Amino acid sequence: MSAGRGGEIPFHEANTEWLRATGQACDVVLSSRVRLARNLAGFPFMPKASRADRRQILDVCRRRVVEIPTQERIAWVDLHTASTEQRTILVERHLISKQHARGKLNSGQGGIEEPRGVAIAQQSEQLAIMVNEEDHLRIQSLRCGLSLTEALKLANEIDDALERSLDYAFDRRFGYLTACPTNVGTGIRFSVMLHLPGLRLRNELEKVKRAAAAMSLAVRGFYGEGSNAVGDLYQISNQTTLGKSEQMLLHELQNEIIPQVIEYERASRRMLVTRGGPVLRDRVHRALGILTHARLLAAEEAMDLLSTLRLGIVLGLVEGVPERIAHALLLLVQPGHLQRATGRPMDQEHRRGARADLVRAALAPYRT
Amino acid sequence: MLCQCGEREATIHEVVIKAGRKVERHLCEVCARQAGMDVGTPATPVVAKVTVVQGPTCDACGTSISEFRHTGLLGCPACYRRFETQLTPLLERAHEGGTHHVGKVPLRLLQSMSGTPAGESLLGDAVERAARLGLLRQQLEEAVHAEQYERAAMIRDEIAKAADSHSGGPEPKP
Ligand SMILES: [Zn+2]
Ligand SMILES: [Zn+2]
Repeated sequence: MSAGRGGEIPFHEANTEWLRATGQACDVVLSSRVRLARNLAGFPFMPKASRADRRQILDVCRRRVVEIPTQERIAWVDLHTASTEQRTILVERHLISKQHARGKLNSGQGGIEEPRGVAIAQQSEQLAIMVNEEDHLRIQSLRCGLSLTEALKLANEIDDALERSLDYAFDRRFGYLTACPTNVGTGIRFSVMLHLPGLRLRNELEKVKRAAAAMSLAVRGFYGEGSNAVGDLYQISNQTTLGKSEQMLLHELQNEIIPQVIEYERASRRMLVTRGGPVLRDRVHRALGILTHARLLAAEEAMDLLSTLRLGIVLGLVEGVPERIAHALLLLVQPGHLQRATGRPMDQEHRRGARADLVRAALAPYRT
Repeated sequence: MLCQCGEREATIHEVVIKAGRKVERHLCEVCARQAGMDVGTPATPVVAKVTVVQGPTCDACGTSISEFRHTGLLGCPACYRRFETQLTPLLERAHEGGTHHVGKVPLRLLQSMSGTPAGESLLGDAVERAARLGLLRQQLEEAVHAEQYERAAMIRDEIAKAADSHSGGPEPKP
């Protein structure tokens, strides 16, 4: 256990769990995530917690979290003392929410100096435990591909270990109590990150969104609540948490809904290849052309081009470029990672230049 | 402190807490009278602390129901029981009709409850148990109707657990 309090965040670049490009249905599913919301009994929820309360909650939770017996090192980061760049990088790696980076609740309360932190399984990045986000504890586990069962198993192990020494706020009618009643009950959110360029190109996304809404599921963009669907990446998750068990919610998503979306996306891709082969091939190679020649790239543009490139790789339309390169670039073109790579703060113009340079350099060995 | 008119010293101080927001007014006698406030005997400074709260308030944390409606967040664990009446329709809308918890229970609670007297149980009293079972039976019927047999089997397991829990809950896993 290392307690990198506001110090350097030690990352293993290749190990971002959600970009490993392996696992079940990984042609469409990038990753599976489980989040458990928990609060301590005897403390107010975050909106009513004083600075002293928050400090105490943070101390208690940190002590327990670092004691959990896990197979790998868990790094602790105090977010109120971390640098802006560190916080940005954690958001880009999907280890903390934007809200947690800002330290602000949705109601607007709080700020950057509010005591809060995150514990991260350093080697695999399969586990991140946020302390003092909207709830006192948010246990998140992450797996590549469609693997909610495995993700739930890890989250439950951590939850059980923490509960041995922490008293959770639990009610016999309402279950696990959360600051927002939309999370009460199991406090669980299953979510699956999907790459859906086929559905987007065939204008079928609205159908998926409508069907999901009819089944009480949320469809969100790449960075969760309220974010755009950059790079054709979407997260589908349950909204119901009360009145259905964890197993029932998991089953609905993993066995009933997600397989349909996967099949729908695959059918769209097949259709694009058989009915519009030359058009698709042209689109993919234009994307590759821009990525290998552009001198200025905005983040969203780069993400969209990489999405098209990934589609081409998965469908075998592009030879020689490994999928993992496209995946690594999805992360490395993000502002925080880019800034860290260049080692100096940049304005937007310089960032676009640096981004294009980085992408060209990464793809140079594979140019045909 | 000067009154908001900027002419006279403020002698009447009012603090109004409305929907969780604190609004302070510091007025001179003239302005206070104009605002329709009861200023009492002239020349004695009045400190009026008025707390206006709409609807019920949680004793434990001070959150009012209007404050919750404004932010969407509750203030403490006790809020759930305090606002049970107001929360129930909202929960039903947010959770596909769900009103009672089904699923995981803290392990230590499970252990501490085993061997407790019948009537009060891990997942609530008889009324709560009946509500939970009613909800699950309805889900079961829907699943069978839609020929979702795998789901139906899971719901049946939950029904068995819920029916079981009054006798001390399901056995904790080793
Ligand atoms: Zn005045
Ligand atoms: Zn309360």
